[in-house]
Amino acid sequence: MSTITRRQALGAAAGATAALATAGAARALPAHTGDDSFDEVYRGRRIQGGPSHDGGHGGGHHAGHGGGYAVHIDGEELHVMQNADGTWISVVNHYEPFATPRAVARAAVVELQGAALVPLTLS
Amino acid sequence: MTVRKNQALLTADEKRRFVDALLALKRSGTYDAFVTTHNGFIMSDTDSGARVGHRSPSFLPWHRRFLLEFERELQSVDPSVSLPYWDWTADRTAASSLWAADFLGGTGRARDGQVMDGPFSAASGAWPITVRVDGRGHLRRALGANGVQLPTRAEVDSVLAMPEYDAPPWNSASDGFRNHLEGWRGVNLHNRVHVWVGGQMATGVSPNDPVFWLHHAFVDRLWTEWQERHPDSPYLPAVGTADVVDLQGTMRPWNDVTPGDMLDHTPHYTYDTAA
Repeated sequence: MSTITRRQALGAAAGATAALATAGAARALPAHTGDDSFDEVYRGRRIQGGPSHDGGHGGGHHAGHGGGYAVHIDGEELHVMQNADGTWISVVNHYEPFATPRAVARAAVVELQGAALVPLTLS
Repeated sequence: MTVRKNQALLTADEKRRFVDALLALKRSGTYDAFVTTHNGFIMSDTDSGARVGHRSPSFLPWHRRFLLEFERELQSVDPSVSLPYWDWTADRTAASSLWAADFLGGTGRARDGQVMDGPFSAASGAWPITVRVDGRGHLRRALGANGVQLPTRAEVDSVLAMPEYDAPPWNSASDGFRNHLEGWRGVNLHNRVHVWVGGQMATGVSPNDPVFWLHHAFVDRLWTEWQERHPDSPYLPAVGTADVVDLQGTMRPWNDVTPGDMLDHTPHYTYDTAA
């Protein structure tokens, strides 16, 4: 249900820029409004977030949720997920929703205490 | 017959046997297979797609089966062992005997969250964290460190009073008992306890901390309490809901068990005291 909501949100937000995109390009865009990408250094870690064209998880991984949005910490992907109410969680704060992907990335930096993420794997 | 007991009432011998069985499963690799399974489901269960282990009606029967599988493995090591439960409404501080060095060990140190005492400390050498999401290979906790309080009995009672098991859209946005117990809505019971413990318990690889089993054994007991209060309230949905396990749908990863099979715990275990 959240996907539909976000697609609808994109449709509304994209109204002004609709003329810029062909139908095909529009389909290739993830279902997110354009204002939730970020790239900053937080407590000494580079955190990045934005639409993911491979559905996240580096393409080769089978993480499965198809979020269409990827967050990285120092270049390594942080598994994130959006809840139906629009809030976000990550694999290192999996029981505590945050308002935005940036907030969940910052919370992960605090939780990691300098440790590196390890590549996503699922068996 | 397996009797699940309140962890606060275990004898020293029962604690020792439980800990020794955990360590044996860790050594054999069986333990980490359970961590891997849980993380796989927690990463793939989504509100808008297929969902089995979490954020869905089958959260409760899925974890009941998951705990049964784990308890059987413990009993293959020591047939006298059963899963204890942690009533976090009663034993609600880091000073509880649950966290003593003769049982689960205490909270982590401030610098890096590392648990420094008990059988699961890094220093013990017996509890390497191998299924992990970051580079740290030691058990971590931060009991109550972020200002979170464990749920109260009044909060539990407010959730047990909810007459409906679950409700559309059958996910983290749902009203009803299941989602309020799971914690995505309302006063927040199950989720909040994971956050209160901190460390690996706050992550997708939460079964790395043995308290995972005691927490979920109590969540499971609350499901039984709810059934006793609402004997006419069925598991929902009954049938035919996309992406959701209905009453007679089979649950991954076992594929041989339905929520309907898990509604009655008494063929498998009983409790030390009446609910």
